[in-house]
Formats: sequence, C-alpha cells, structure tokens
Amino acid sequence: MTGLTIDHLSMRFDLPNGQAVQALKDVSLDLKAGELMSVLGPSGCGKTTLLNIVAGFLAPTDGKVILNGKTVRGPGAERGMVFQQGALFEWMSVRENVGFGPSMKGMNKAKKKEIVDHLLDVVGLRDFKEKAVYELSGGMQQRVALARCLANDPDVILMDEPLGALDALTREKMQGLVLKLWKETGKTIILITHSVEEALLLGERLVVMAPRPGRIHREYNLPFAEMGVNKDLREVKKHPDFAKTREEILSMIWDMEEEIMGRTEKA
Amino acid sequence: MDLLGKLGGELVGVLGTLWTIFPFLVGYVLVILGTLAIWRGVRRFLRPKHDFGSLKTVTFGDESSVTSNTAASVISIALIFLAWGAFTGSRLLPGFLHVPGPFVGQTEFTYAIKTPDGTTADATVTVLVYPAGAPADDPAVEAGTGIARNDSVAIQEYRSSLLRAQDNDQVTKDDGAEIVGVDGKAIAPGDSVRLGWGRVALTPKGTLNIEPSKGWQMEPIWLPAPEAVWARFIEISKEGYRNSTLAEHLGYSLFRVIVGFVLGAIIGIPLGYAMGLSDWFRGWFDPIVEFMRPVPPLALIPLVIIWAGIGETGKIILLFLAALWIMAIGARSGVSGVRISKVHAAYSLGASKWQIMRHVIIPNSLPEIFTAARVAMGVCWGTVVAAELVAAEKGAGMMIMVASKFQSTDIVLMGIILIGLIGFGIDLLMRWAERVLVPWKGKG
Repeated sequence: MTGLTIDHLSMRFDLPNGQAVQALKDVSLDLKAGELMSVLGPSGCGKTTLLNIVAGFLAPTDGKVILNGKTVRGPGAERGMVFQQGALFEWMSVRENVGFGPSMKGMNKAKKKEIVDHLLDVVGLRDFKEKAVYELSGGMQQRVALARCLANDPDVILMDEPLGALDALTREKMQGLVLKLWKETGKTIILITHSVEEALLLGERLVVMAPRPGRIHREYNLPFAEMGVNKDLREVKKHPDFAKTREEILSMIWDMEEEIMGRTEKA
Repeated sequence: MDLLGKLGGELVGVLGTLWTIFPFLVGYVLVILGTLAIWRGVRRFLRPKHDFGSLKTVTFGDESSVTSNTAASVISIALIFLAWGAFTGSRLLPGFLHVPGPFVGQTEFTYAIKTPDGTTADATVTVLVYPAGAPADDPAVEAGTGIARNDSVAIQEYRSSLLRAQDNDQVTKDDGAEIVGVDGKAIAPGDSVRLGWGRVALTPKGTLNIEPSKGWQMEPIWLPAPEAVWARFIEISKEGYRNSTLAEHLGYSLFRVIVGFVLGAIIGIPLGYAMGLSDWFRGWFDPIVEFMRPVPPLALIPLVIIWAGIGETGKIILLFLAALWIMAIGARSGVSGVRISKVHAAYSLGASKWQIMRHVIIPNSLPEIFTAARVAMGVCWGTVVAAELVAAEKGAGMMIMVASKFQSTDIVLMGIILIGLIGFGIDLLMRWAERVLVPWKGKG
C-alpha cells in the first residue's frame, strides 16, 4: 500500500505556566503517491507542527502517520525535507551538500557523482559545483536544497515555506522549477506556504487550516498545478477561476485573522 | 565606615595624580587633531580617489566608512618613538629634537657671609657636573684670600650635593658667621636661589644644597634610550641572561603556553561537547564551570605553587586550567549554536547520530572553538608571564622581574616589547589559521 496517511492527528503542548496549547486537533489526510498538496493557513494554525510530525521530528499526542504501510516513528531518509533557509551545510561545497544523503548511505563514489551531476544539471547549478554555498544567492541556495533532497530519492518531500525568503522574481522561477521537478520525479510533495497564490499554483490539492485548535478548514482540488506544468505560470494566473479561488481563500483567511484578533481583544 | 573613609582618601590621591596628567592628555589630543588637519591638507594635493568610500557624503555615523587610516597609524607609532627618543636624548635623533637635558659642565657661583661683627665677604664655589659614565674629582681651585675662601664640588648629573662652604672660611659657622647671599641675591636659611644652570638652597642648618638643573630628559634608570634597549637586546640574544639564552627564556614561556593550551583544549573541547549534547553532563559540570570561569587564573598561582611547586608541572597545570574553561565554554556554545534545521535536514537525509556528530555538529562548532582558542591563547600568554613573575628559573616574565630587581630598566623594556610582539604574533597566527581552516565562519 503506497501513499501517505495522516490519521486523526492531535498535538497538545503543555506550557510551563500550566496551560496547554492545542496545536492540532484531529487532522486526517490521505495522499496518494505522486500527489502535490499545498497547505495554507494563518500563522499559528499548526502547519509547521503538522509537517514536523510527518517528518518525524515531533511525536503526536494522538493519532499516527503511516507511510507505505509503516507508522512513522522518527525522521528517515524516505521523507526528505526542504527548509526555508539556513539548512545547508556551509562547511561543504555545493557538490558535497547535494551528495550528503548518498554519502551517509555509503554509496560508491562513481554512482554518487552521477546522481549529483545529474541533479545539479536539473536545477541549473552545474557551473557552481565547487562553490561554497555561502557564495550563492538565496535562490541558488534553495536550488541546492532541492537537489540535496532529491539526491536521496525520498518517497515524500516535505517543504516548509521553501520559497518564503526569496524575492518575487526568483520566487516565480522557483515555483516553475518545483512544478517541473514534481512532474519529472513523480514524488509526493507536501508544501507549506504563506502565499495564497503559491498555494494555488503549486497545489494539486490545497488544504486551508484554521487556528486554535489547528484543524483542517477546507480542502480544494485544483487544476492549476497541472496547467502550470506545460504553461507559463503567469498565464495560469490569468485564468478566471484562479482569481476567483484566490479571492475566496483570501477572505476566508482574513475572517480567521479577524476572529483571532477579536478573541484576543476580549481576553 | 573607616574603610570607606580610607578608600575615599585614596580616591582623592589618585584623582589628584591624574589631574596632573590632564594637560598632557589635552596636548596629545591636540597633536592628533593637528596632524589630522595637516593630513587633510596634504591629501588635497594627492590624486583624488573616486572609490565608493571617498564619494560618500554621509560619513559621520556610517560605521562602514570608518576604516583604519594607515597614515594615522604610522604617525602614531613614529610619534611614540620620537617622544621616546626626545625624552631620553637618543643618539638616533638629531640634537635639536631632544628636550633639554640635564646641565653638564663646569660653572660657578658666589656666596656672601656676614660675620658677627658685621663685616661681609664673598667667595666663589666652582661646580663641576659630570656625566653618569665619567666620574670626576672636585676641581682644584685657589682658596684665595679674605675671610671667605673659595670652594669646589663635583656632582653627577641628575644628582645634587650638600656643600659646607663655610668650613674653610676664616670665620666659620661656629664663630657665628652666616651665609646671607648667593650670587648677589639675599638668602635666608630655608630659602633657595634659582640660577641659570640650576638651583642653590640654604638648609636651615646653613649648608648649601646645590642642585644642577635636571632638564626634561629621563634618567636611563627610569627610561633608557631606544638604542640602549636595542643594544641590550643584541647583547642578551648573544650572551643570554641569568644563565639562559634569550631564546631559552622565550622558548620556555612559549612551551608552557602551548603545552598548557593543548592539554586544556584536549580536555576542554570534549567536555564542552558533552555539556552541549547531554543534559546529565551539563548539569554535572555547569556549577563547576560557571564557578571556575570567573576565577582569574592568576588567583590560582598561590594554590598551584603550594600543590605543585614552582617547576614546569605547576605552570602547565595553571595554564591548563586557564585554557580549560574557555575551551569548554566555547565548545559548548558551538554545539548549542547549531541551527536545528541543519540537524533536522541531516536526519531526514538519513544520517545516523554519529554521522550528525561528525558532519554537522563538529564542523558547525569549529568557528566558536577557534574564537575560544584565540581568547585562551591570549589569556594563557598573559598568565604565563604573570606566573613567571612570581617564581620561575627561566622565562620571559622571570627575565624582566629579575632585571627590575637590579634596576636594569633596559632589560625590562626589552622584555615587555618582546612579550607584546609574541602575544601579537600568536593572535595573528590564530586569525590566519581561522581564515584558512574555517572559512565559513559567520556565513551560516
């Protein structure tokens, strides 16, 4: 049985002052292999907590995550992760960063070199192989992070706002790259983002989460990711449904934020 | 309250001393500003630059536009040597740059006596002031005729001399005669008369106190001239000092520092890692490290001497302790400072705990460890010199301490300069090593 099942996940943090925060409550999702799902929500809705549980960095207080029939009990190479920034190893060159996963497995050098060279070609960093990562721009660093993750050939790729720190133009290019990699590799991808537009463009499925407690508010199935694979992303954005859905989701999130504000004011 | 009173008194004394330095400070600042004005003028005639820095219109408040001005550094160092040479009468400087030196040579003055019956008489005192290296006898003079007879005295430069000028007079002090004038000016016991070459005072007992002018230059015992220090350096590097060559003195100090530091690093770095990686180790060692860190290594010297004596073992234990806590704290903060996303990334790339230690935690902590090593080397160098000041048979600190007991100020100065240069060299070496070995420092 392939695919990722998130089964009635709950997460409660006990604070030192005796109170508790319900970060997630009864979250259930099913992802088929090769699905690209984006997760959207106001800050504090538990998106990152959800991702950290799937990655195995956190143990849920209730429920479980099942990948290919096995319950997740900790981090593992079959679930690769791409972070917003600062997760590259600055003491290694671009090539060593991308080859990190294969090195850890003890893969032989020739095979590793083949994988690394191929991936650097794919992300367009062939000429930067021997550079130190801190010599690259932010966009290039995220390409390295993507390539590093892919080099390990994970079943699921978890992306925690991977493009959040990039400028608008670079971001658009990288969105295209993410779609391309998704289609070419056929990986299951969960992508967390703050940007409604990005969530629409990249999410075959889109989950909007609501805060306090963190829960799934609404789910969409969207055609835009599939469109974007062979089309210019700017063309996709001109699609009438795109604008309509964006407005709908924006006002949904806006209402949530207002509700939070109101609640805080009363308290 | 008594203590407070005493401390208040001390404070007043210290501030009083500082106040006398104040005009010199002001003068120094004026020199700095003056050279700045001159430099600005000079630069206008040089080819103007159009780099990014020189085209800035806002420089005040822009920290990045403040880079060290090489010209200022050169002038500053040159000025120190100039002042050093000027105030010591250095032969390296042309004479007109010297501040006035002590009076040297022969001169004379007259004194007048008055006998009980009211007669007055004059006599001449010949004063020969000789340089420190060339002692001379009292110059021979004709005693002359009359009631008062001529005298002579030889005085070393920077010194003064008491002269009982009346002893050879016809009517002496015992007879009731007293000195009433010096060089035509009236003088009473306790007074003094300023002459062109110095000062003559009359003590309450009626003796002349002759003080030739000391000028502005420093006696070599306070501050030897640069060439004297250099000559001493050549001499000691050839012949050694106190049964050891100069290389041995400095080599022993360096040896102690390096062995102490290496031992401290060998124990301190794993200790810091253990504290950064395990709550049990952190709990175990936190109180010890937090207590030992603020104890200055110098305060441990007496205990180390009691326990291990004044041999090499004691010194190395001391330096080991000086380096240990610094290295442990550096390694600990290097481990704690690793970004959790790096560790998470490594885990999700399939790394084991050991691989994370080897490929993430250790390389990530190296910049912090290097910073700690730089601090530790500096502290160790300072500590070894201080420990040698207290007790040692060889070493840079011992050399200057012994020299100070023999008032060999030139050796003391030479030692201080060498200690400073070596300390600076160590720091440069550590910075270079840091650049080469951890180029990713501060780039994470």
